[in-house]
Amino acid sequence: MAGHFEATPGGGAAVALDEVETAILRSLAVQLLELIGPGDEPAEGEDPLAALFSEGPSEPPSDPALARLFPEAYGDQDKELREASAEFRRFTENDLRTRKRDDALAVVRTLDSLSPAGGGGAVLRLTSEECRQWLGSLNDLRLTIGTRLEVSDEDGADESSLYRLPDSDPRKPMVMAYLWLGALQETLVETLMP
Amino acid sequence: MSVAAPVEIERPESAEETSVVPEPDVPWVTLVHNDPVNLMSYVTYVFQAYFGYSKDKAHKLMLDVHLKGRAVVSSGSREEMERDVQAMHGYGLWATLTQDRN
Repeated sequence: MAGHFEATPGGGAAVALDEVETAILRSLAVQLLELIGPGDEPAEGEDPLAALFSEGPSEPPSDPALARLFPEAYGDQDKELREASAEFRRFTENDLRTRKRDDALAVVRTLDSLSPAGGGGAVLRLTSEECRQWLGSLNDLRLTIGTRLEVSDEDGADESSLYRLPDSDPRKPMVMAYLWLGALQETLVETLMP
Repeated sequence: MSVAAPVEIERPESAEETSVVPEPDVPWVTLVHNDPVNLMSYVTYVFQAYFGYSKDKAHKLMLDVHLKGRAVVSSGSREEMERDVQAMHGYGLWATLTQDRN
């Protein structure tokens, strides 16, 4: 089970993680939370209902990773459809941010609930709902890191590809994390396939 | 492709690339675009889980996205397509809606 998810009875999944893996996953999830930003909790003294009716932004984020997590809804770039994209974003982006934040928080919470077994490792057991949240967050992490690394479709074949970097390359640790997250996500998807 | 840059949509092709046949009076479609990050297995999973497509249909649509750069994954009213696009963004897929002008 080391390094990959396996299905458990009742629609859940489990994976064995050592202390280093747990620490890396937690750190990445926390960084994702920082990227997504704080929620729209009402400030003290403010009407809590106001948050329900607050509108999101109308412009796409300038950060490329955030722009990938929160894409435009209309591909066409004529004026009317740019306005439609802006309106769509105003009414959906806050919900999408909340969902991504909740997923990342679930990753942190489940990792924090691990009790170490012998040798510093532990088995992470997820319910089916937690599997869905992990799947979403693993994907968000890969989109974020993939955007930062400027991963392209050619990276599979190209000799100068990201996957053949020398150990001295400063991007190497992030590429290793990216590939490891991909393997985790791949095996988690397999457990969920209907 | 990772940035939400302006996207060239070649409209005339969009309908014949897909097994989804838009009804004549529902001129909007949801397009999922290829990106270098999303796993092929994950994209197939999303098409099965969200649209309820069979494994074969989901796999074929995923391959269309991967090999042709995009695929029409659903069609219907503008409101329905906005809902599908919102759901695809929730899964982290790069999706847009457009009017099918065939």
